[in-house]
Amino acid sequence: MIGIEHYIIVSAILFVLGVLGIFLNRKNVITILMAIELILLAVNINLVAFSAFLGDLTGQIFAMFVLTVAAGEAAIGLAILVIFFRDRGTIAVDDVNRMKG
Amino acid sequence: MDYATSFGLVIPELVLTGAGLVLLMIAAFGGEKSSRLVSILAAVALGAAGALTLPALIDGAGGEATMAFYQQFSADAFASFAKLLVYIAAIACLMIAPGFFGRLRAMRPEYPVLVLFATLGMSIMVSATDLMTLYIGLELNSLAAYVLASFLRNDSRSAEAGLKYFVLGALASGILLYGMSLTYGFTGTTSFAGIRLAQEAGLSTGALFGLIFVLAGLAFKISAVPFHMWTPDVYEGAPTPVTTFFATAPKVAAIALTARVALDAFGSQADAWRQIVIFAALASIVVGALGAIGQNNLKRLLAYSSINNVGFILIGLAAATAEGASAMLFYLAIYVVMSLGSFVAVLMLRNGDGENLETFDDIAGLSSTRPGIAWCLLIMMFSLAGIPPLMGFFAKLEVFRAVVEAGLIPLAVIGIAASVIGAFYYIKFVKVMFFDEAVNRATKSASASQWAILVICAILISPLGWFLTRGLEMMTDTAAAGLFAGV
Repeated sequence: MIGIEHYIIVSAILFVLGVLGIFLNRKNVITILMAIELILLAVNINLVAFSAFLGDLTGQIFAMFVLTVAAGEAAIGLAILVIFFRDRGTIAVDDVNRMKG
Repeated sequence: MDYATSFGLVIPELVLTGAGLVLLMIAAFGGEKSSRLVSILAAVALGAAGALTLPALIDGAGGEATMAFYQQFSADAFASFAKLLVYIAAIACLMIAPGFFGRLRAMRPEYPVLVLFATLGMSIMVSATDLMTLYIGLELNSLAAYVLASFLRNDSRSAEAGLKYFVLGALASGILLYGMSLTYGFTGTTSFAGIRLAQEAGLSTGALFGLIFVLAGLAFKISAVPFHMWTPDVYEGAPTPVTTFFATAPKVAAIALTARVALDAFGSQADAWRQIVIFAALASIVVGALGAIGQNNLKRLLAYSSINNVGFILIGLAAATAEGASAMLFYLAIYVVMSLGSFVAVLMLRNGDGENLETFDDIAGLSSTRPGIAWCLLIMMFSLAGIPPLMGFFAKLEVFRAVVEAGLIPLAVIGIAASVIGAFYYIKFVKVMFFDEAVNRATKSASASQWAILVICAILISPLGWFLTRGLEMMTDTAAAGLFAGV
């Protein structure tokens, strides 16, 4: 029988993977965008699982909002990435270093 | 609660939404020629929204009567005070922009539209009494802010600032959301009142995790240590009018939001979050003070200064009393004026070729080349350092008094000791302007509106502003009472 704990554990693993994906990744900014999506996915699993478990619709409505905002966020992230690439000719994480200190 | 009453309570937001959509159309069809018109209309819309939100502050509105849309949104005195500060800061940032972007031929009508949408987001944030409203407001603000940070799209530092802000901002939103999902799961509701009721018996482990994640996400948005890493880079790279905007309006909104989450949603578990807030406050004061010492870039230095100030504001929050909340708002109002003044002064410095001067070498001997700006900066720096006749001192005094009254004396002692370290670089700033040889000559090129804002800020911060403190104190007391009316 799959209970609420299993869902929480899966979403916790996805969340940690997403955070590690942002910090450990040294190659490509696109990978960071994917890691961000992974975090939001973990949140959605949590919300829907809790919603079903509690018998309360709020969580599922919340998940809809998160999905919508995530789409907007990805669009803006890619747009900023395009400006950055035009300017620098690279999207490697190690090259995002004009300012330090 | 019928819908007509609810719509009546969100009128300021409706005005901003309508204005934003109409101005976006004007911007889309009018092209770059329309930027002046769009700026003026955006400022008018912000002013109108401010006038509409003022009655709530004057009446000291609070409690059930201010709730709209089934406890999702509260138009109480606390929200009204924060909204007024946000709108004023946003109008100032619209006024200083044309002079800056005009020289770079980069003044586009999107700037006022984006500022308007970001302000709408902040307006929703400070009124949020439900996790969903909180999230929508926060994202509306952040998404507009990411674009604003990379507004100068041909400038490599601006693009980099936008990218860094976006990646770390999205991470913070993710952490905040994860905390909200846990809070929802372990309390069974997303409304602040419901969360507080559910936790009155005690805090479950899951809900404690939720609380920690939520506070971590919010700490990022107010750039409190240990989530401050993005601040210096973004403040340095973003165009100066945008930096001015980031240092004032979103900071007010995020701090007001943090206060509402801590005192309302988690108000029954003050002991659980107090130690986190105290740690963040002291760490911000120390890191803000030490980090600024080695900086050569003025915008970076002011970024560390804002981290330092957030620490003092959080001290007011740590008291977890109505006096603490009132002191926090008092500090916030004065902080907005001080940082507005100092960023506008930095914005006004240019050399003969129209390049921005933003390092210590550039401001050496400023008192002989641009005495007006130098004296205004002197007032700002002494006020930020907390030197008595200026308003920055009274702000710190209020915060520490609230903390001592709440019985957190060690916190006050460490805070005061750390504020002395901060005084070092503020005074260095003054020393470089007044006693060093002039190298790079700043020319007279600032616009009239920039001068107007700088002079108004300097007067408000100077001892003359003391006459306004009684009124300000009354307003912050009303606002704090409004926040606690529902608790």
